[in-house]
Amino acid sequence: MNEAAVITVLIAMLGGAIRVSTPFMFVALGECLTEKSGRVNLGLEGTLVLGAMVAYAASYHTGSPWVGVLAAGVAGSVLGAMHGSICGLPRVNDVAVGIAMMLFGVGVAFFFGKPYIQPTAPRLGSIPLGFWSDNASLKSALQVNPLFFIGIALALALAWSLRNTRWGLVVRTVGDSAAAARAMGISVNGVRLMTTTVGGFLAGVGGAFLSLSYPGSWNQGLSSGQGLMAVALVIFARWNPLRCVAAALLFGGAGAIGPSLQSVGITQGYYFFNAAPYILTLGIMIATSSAKHSARDMPGELSMAK
Amino acid sequence: MSNTPVATGAPRELIDPLTTRAAHSDFAVRLRANSEYVVIPLLALIIAAGLFAVFLMAIGKSPVDFVSYVWRGGFGTAFSFQNTLQRSAPLILTALAVAIPARIGLIMIGGEGALVLGGFAAGALAIPMIGHAPPMVALVLMALFAMIVGGFWVGFSGFLRYARGVNETISSLLLTYIGIAIMNFFVEGALRDLSNPNKPSTMPIGDAYMVGKIPGTQVHWGFAFGLALCVALYFLMARTTFGFAARVTGGNSRAALAQGLPVGRLIVACSAIAGACAGLAGFFEVAAIQGRANASLAAGYGFTGILVSFLARHNPLVIPPVAILLGGLVASGGLIQRRMELPDATVLVLQGFIFVVLLTSETLYGRFAIFRSTKERDRT
Repeated sequence: MNEAAVITVLIAMLGGAIRVSTPFMFVALGECLTEKSGRVNLGLEGTLVLGAMVAYAASYHTGSPWVGVLAAGVAGSVLGAMHGSICGLPRVNDVAVGIAMMLFGVGVAFFFGKPYIQPTAPRLGSIPLGFWSDNASLKSALQVNPLFFIGIALALALAWSLRNTRWGLVVRTVGDSAAAARAMGISVNGVRLMTTTVGGFLAGVGGAFLSLSYPGSWNQGLSSGQGLMAVALVIFARWNPLRCVAAALLFGGAGAIGPSLQSVGITQGYYFFNAAPYILTLGIMIATSSAKHSARDMPGELSMAK
Repeated sequence: MSNTPVATGAPRELIDPLTTRAAHSDFAVRLRANSEYVVIPLLALIIAAGLFAVFLMAIGKSPVDFVSYVWRGGFGTAFSFQNTLQRSAPLILTALAVAIPARIGLIMIGGEGALVLGGFAAGALAIPMIGHAPPMVALVLMALFAMIVGGFWVGFSGFLRYARGVNETISSLLLTYIGIAIMNFFVEGALRDLSNPNKPSTMPIGDAYMVGKIPGTQVHWGFAFGLALCVALYFLMARTTFGFAARVTGGNSRAALAQGLPVGRLIVACSAIAGACAGLAGFFEVAAIQGRANASLAAGYGFTGILVSFLARHNPLVIPPVAILLGGLVASGGLIQRRMELPDATVLVLQGFIFVVLLTSETLYGRFAIFRSTKERDRT
């Protein structure tokens, strides 16, 4: 591999990291908010797939990809509200309900998504940030989707409001001690229903990015585990929205290794590099967990913590 | 630990030591209490079916047609019922892969990965043995290898849970994706049968090396092995010291540690048993159905198995009937697709409805006075 090829791969990885990280970022921010209130929603994988399908269908029918993004968010919040209200009942296990919601979301998406595999829907445009450069591959790498910046802005807003607003204090209290929240007169289930619904909305938007920007089409193999990896990513990011963005970029880079190498004609080990994000996730989970004590900064009410 | 069973048995003897009436009323109380675990899941099934009927009507299809096609495609004729039994074999085994860890308090959902990798391991091991080893020896070795690989795969999740506190639900699902990638890597690369241009697969194992049918039926031996394992694992979990220790750990792992139980080894052992069951399912898919290892192994049996286990309340003896019910649903999928012009994901949607309603019904336990004994009601 000569020098030019290395640079091409690195540039492709930079562009890939930005593109691949966006859905991770949205799902992780949604899950971060949900887990801050003390509940785990493992069903975001299903939400991501359903969001992708709904976004593609809505964009196809209305001609506007941004309507698609909104529709995906609404579909995601419906799934989130389902999870939130079911888990509000006594003696219901949120992890198990998450698995059920994952299968349900994927099933519904495949059911209604069949007619949309063939047609082409209008996609989201991107902002050409590489205008200053003459390098064609750098230009294409810096075609950044506006959703990427929306995601970063959301992370900043979420981090600020969790720390500085009354609303953030309520969410954190519910997540750290339900008994304390009840004593303060806060409706624990109400807060969790709201955070799960908003989390579902964000995961749905992440799905819209998958089908309307990158890879930019709808098919049944569109998401294989990104939603789940994003859940693991929140643990790694220690429930901090800003660290979620950094972790999403790291995961995006890992996910971009395979396609970048392919762009310079290296196809050997393609499946290995496809598995890289999963292996990275597992490695990070092993490295950051401990058998002796629960993870640092973990909301005390999480079922994982008990 | 050995004192505990005596301690729980003692109060009953103190109340009424000798008369048989006491035993009878005890049986009645237990029947009354246990019927709750039958009635509530059945109620959940009925509600899910009702919701699904509304869903079908909303998109302009007839629920009556749906039921009749499920009956015809899955249960109605001898042929279709045998097809259903054949489909239920991997469901029984992958459901066991969820049920055994559930006894020790783990939600392990890596059955699909262990099935795929186990099947692939069996198919790969067959390649050097074709034409050299006698079929019986080859099949036994393939099955053992599939179980070891599957057992290692899920056992690893259990190990991570104990040694590093890694959430087993997430790690087992991640390992599923990794397992599928490993199989694709080999099947489309080093172990690809180049004489087969259609679908990347390993070398066919050949008719002489295929697992046969149970005599007098069209059902392969995987079904019989599944049933036998259900009975064996029921006894292991309900009637042995190992099972008792596992259930104590599942109830309260700190108490189990305080009792000096080998919690780590129990968790890894239960996970490895689970993986071995799923790996065996993969072996039968390769050696009795596909004849070679390829991407068809990842057909979603591992995920349907999760639903089977939850519906059976993780009881190995209840798994077979539930697996047959869902196997029939899976088997009739093709007929429904053709005749009702519904997508193949229809079965997934129905499974999703059942799963969500079933877990919601967990909240109903203990709410109906009818299931409680009169004594208990007096107390409360």
